Amino acid sequence: MLTTFAIVTDGLVYAAYLFIVAIGLTLIFGVMKILNVAHGSFYTFGAYGAATAVGIYFDRGLPDAGGFLLMVLLAMALGLVIGLVLERGIMRFVYGKDEVVMVLVTYAVFLILEDVVILIWGARSYSAYQPLLSAGNIEVGNLILSNYDLGLIVFAALLAVASYAALKFTRYGRLLTVVIYDRETAAAFGVNVTVVYTVTFVIGAMLGTLGGAIMAPKIAVTLGIGVEVIVLAFAVVAIGGMGSIEGALVGALIVGLCRAAAVHLAPQIELFVIYGVMALVLVIRPYGLFVRAQPRRI
Amino acid sequence: MAAPGRITAVVAFLAAAAAGTVLPGWIISLATIAFANGLVVLGLIVMWRAGLVSFGQALYYCIGAYAVSLTGRWLGITDAFLLVLIGGVSAALVSFLVGFLLARYREIFFAMLSLALSMILYGVLVKTESLGSTDGFGVIVPTFFGYAPHQEAFLLALYWLVLAVCAIAALLVDAYFRSLAGALAVPLRDNELRVEFLGMSVSRLIHTKLVIAGALAGIGGALAAFAIGHVDPNMSYWTTSGEFVFITILAGAGSVSAAFIGSLVFEAVRSFAYAVLPQLWQMLLGSVLLLTILFLPQGLGSLITRMRWRRNAEAP
Amino acid sequence: MLVRGSWVSCARILLPFSFFGIAITTAQAQTAAPPAATVKLGIVSFLTGPAAAPFGIPGRNGAEIMIEAMNAGSVPAPFNKVGLGGSKIEAKYIDETGSAANVVTEFRNLVQRDQVDAVVGYVSSGSCLAVTPVAEELKALTVLYDCGTPRIFEEKPRSYVFRVSPHATMDNVAAARYLLAKKSNVTSFSGINQNYAWGQDSWRDFLGAMQVLAPKIAVDKVLFPKLFAGEYGAEISTLLTSSSQVLHTSFYDGDLEAFLYQEQARALDKRMTMIATTGEAAIWRLRDKMPDGTIIGGRGPHGPLAVDSELNRWFQKVYSDRYSIPPTYPAYQMAMSMLGLKLAYEKAKKGDAKPTTDEVAAAFKGIEFDGPSGHVKLAIGDGHQGISETAYGTYRFNKEKNAPEIVDIIRFPAECVNPPAGVNADDWIKDGMKGAKC
Repeated sequence: MLTTFAIVTDGLVYAAYLFIVAIGLTLIFGVMKILNVAHGSFYTFGAYGAATAVGIYFDRGLPDAGGFLLMVLLAMALGLVIGLVLERGIMRFVYGKDEVVMVLVTYAVFLILEDVVILIWGARSYSAYQPLLSAGNIEVGNLILSNYDLGLIVFAALLAVASYAALKFTRYGRLLTVVIYDRETAAAFGVNVTVVYTVTFVIGAMLGTLGGAIMAPKIAVTLGIGVEVIVLAFAVVAIGGMGSIEGALVGALIVGLCRAAAVHLAPQIELFVIYGVMALVLVIRPYGLFVRAQPRRI
Repeated sequence: MAAPGRITAVVAFLAAAAAGTVLPGWIISLATIAFANGLVVLGLIVMWRAGLVSFGQALYYCIGAYAVSLTGRWLGITDAFLLVLIGGVSAALVSFLVGFLLARYREIFFAMLSLALSMILYGVLVKTESLGSTDGFGVIVPTFFGYAPHQEAFLLALYWLVLAVCAIAALLVDAYFRSLAGALAVPLRDNELRVEFLGMSVSRLIHTKLVIAGALAGIGGALAAFAIGHVDPNMSYWTTSGEFVFITILAGAGSVSAAFIGSLVFEAVRSFAYAVLPQLWQMLLGSVLLLTILFLPQGLGSLITRMRWRRNAEAP
Repeated sequence: MLVRGSWVSCARILLPFSFFGIAITTAQAQTAAPPAATVKLGIVSFLTGPAAAPFGIPGRNGAEIMIEAMNAGSVPAPFNKVGLGGSKIEAKYIDETGSAANVVTEFRNLVQRDQVDAVVGYVSSGSCLAVTPVAEELKALTVLYDCGTPRIFEEKPRSYVFRVSPHATMDNVAAARYLLAKKSNVTSFSGINQNYAWGQDSWRDFLGAMQVLAPKIAVDKVLFPKLFAGEYGAEISTLLTSSSQVLHTSFYDGDLEAFLYQEQARALDKRMTMIATTGEAAIWRLRDKMPDGTIIGGRGPHGPLAVDSELNRWFQKVYSDRYSIPPTYPAYQMAMSMLGLKLAYEKAKKGDAKPTTDEVAAAFKGIEFDGPSGHVKLAIGDGHQGISETAYGTYRFNKEKNAPEIVDIIRFPAECVNPPAGVNADDWIKDGMKGAKC
């Protein structure tokens, strides 16, 4: 009984982590058809930014919630700046090229940004644990849950709802959806696709840095944290279907719960879980779970 | 490749082989590894022409490498030619089986599924403590039809073996490209449905290309295992596949020789970056890649193709 | 016409080759062969990636500070000769990051292109295993400073590869002994280790040692999360449902920190005492976030676990003055390796001529000396592998001094926690650790 409860909560926490990390990626892919490897860099910058913010704010006797807010704001500001610089400076010169070449451009950008991190913050590691530890915990039977983790679940849920609502109900969201469906027709209808691309990329970047900032209190902020995240985000997006927010959510939930179950019940297979789930889903649904009907060109 | 192109390639290979007698050991070693990787890249080019990019070639690369080292260790076989053959056949066999599943996928899902499969092998090898887990284990020093060279002589012998295998592979793949199945790659990329209407089996074509690429990657892995002297599960990790794709884009899908030249240039640039900027080499590598994509979008191979066009245009 | 065309396109095909050649020669020109008055060393460690901050950078810093001090002749006696035997040291620092192919290629570059006299380095056991046969083939003197696998000298006898630092078996055997000495009422223990060779080997050694020394103590949860997973919620939940009093972990810096933050947020530290076999490297960063009562190891008697000595005080001072943080065990390991090399070099040097690699190797074999980490002797691995005593202690954050402290230190003699010469580490533990002199 307790184990089931533990599996569910652990699964939800991990799913929240995956979803927050994957949503920016799926958005950029859905709209611009770019598989953005530099998403790992956004995550990294968000985490380092959060660590810097925490370093500035905490231990001064100010209320803890303010520190969290500062962290989030600084991360999103970083995302805005980086997103703009990258999109205007590099990405717009390579639109229209082969999809794989685009992936490689983002990979090159990722490599460069990894070293930019070293240039700005050096090779040492940072910590941002204060929000995590000050949030406290609650006891449920023998199990103790961290309030920060529970907050993560709530945050991810809100993010899912907000992005879904934004896409469906705001004018701009609907423009984005149109471009996701068919770029050419959207342009023919007078949608300024260039601006849409820029805005999407920047939003995707901000979501990426936000993911890094939110996770920073739980981890050690050091070199290489972006690499692990890339593959996780890709896997979740592949499972859910490209460009689909619902897909990313469902994908994250499936992987999160499966992994939690594996750790508790069958730790031997924990290493394979995410790839096994991805392979399984792709075998059954070759285009991911939530796929849009694509017109077939003859 | 037209006749002049083939002569050029043969001359280049002979020059490279001859150069091996005068170049220092570290260049020969670097070139050996680069050419072995070039084989994997050649396989990727075969697939890229048909519009498929695999992020899981590391699977076959690793299988080739482990097949060679395990056979050497458990069965005591040391002959290089036999071992490389075993490596290639094992990888080809696996790609044949896997191809039944993989041939149905396209684009990014093909990439992700191939990635997943290589990561599953990685996980299996990491959990296998008897094979050293992530530390891997050493590869026996091979012999060449009974000839057992040491040190510099071995380095040279291996270099020539790799060059010979690359030359044969290049000629065979070039012949494939000029055959019907190979020529159908580009139509396949553009519009599969029409190719079906022409009466060709799309899935069989793609399956064939997968097996060719798998075999090439396996042979490349086997040769690399000899060149490095050590195998570990990292050979199946997605970043290894990513590196091969990186070189493929750098080289471009235009010509067969581009695979090897691209691989050589990549190794050279990377070594150069390590030596010059020990902590910031990633930035150098990333910048080189970015500049290549921006100014040579068809890859280095386009340099060669452009020269050929120019020469053909000159001739009245 | 055809022939001329072929010649022209030949030249054009060879263009990339010449670009390649230029790149190589430029690199070589920058690193031309040194005059006989200097000794050239290649120092390899992680300068990028997750292993940089905890191991690679402290190792590199340790090398840098030692080389500077040696060149100035300011190392306390008996190491006060300038450089190596009077020749100044020139160092080239290389990143260890990359696949086995990269590591091997860069090693060959150091030895053949840059013509270094010796290579000191390597954190990852995988790198060490890949580089060792190449070092033997090229007859290049190599000193491995940090990697932990005992396999290097157990698989085959070596001539040119040495390791001053003891291997990782010592850490986990000593952990077991310390645990049993300090917490004799333990009934059950669990383990969380990274799912790769280092974590697997650490757990196997610890489990084996516990089964020999205290077979009645039960093992509960055995967890192997992915390396660099960063998120340990499910693992912590599993441990919260366990009845173990002790948790063994070989986690290091990034993962260790993440795990500690997450487990303290959920009060796991109140239920289970942790044994962190590499914890010493993290205490200066974690400070009061390392739970009091954690059993701390440092891969040997380094840092606060070291015996007080003039050399130790000197090393701590020069390192802290330069890098604003006290040296952790990778820095100590590098310092010990450099000093071992220096001693061997000076022992082999006769007159003014530079000693050959074979002479230095012969002098290095079986060498024994005292460094900042105390006494070390290359007693096993046919005189190529060092053994030393080790120490474990309990962590406490001293609130008055606002500084980390390790107390209740127990020292274990070298022969107690290292296998005897000629015996494989794994076999030694399985057979009940015969011959251990404690």
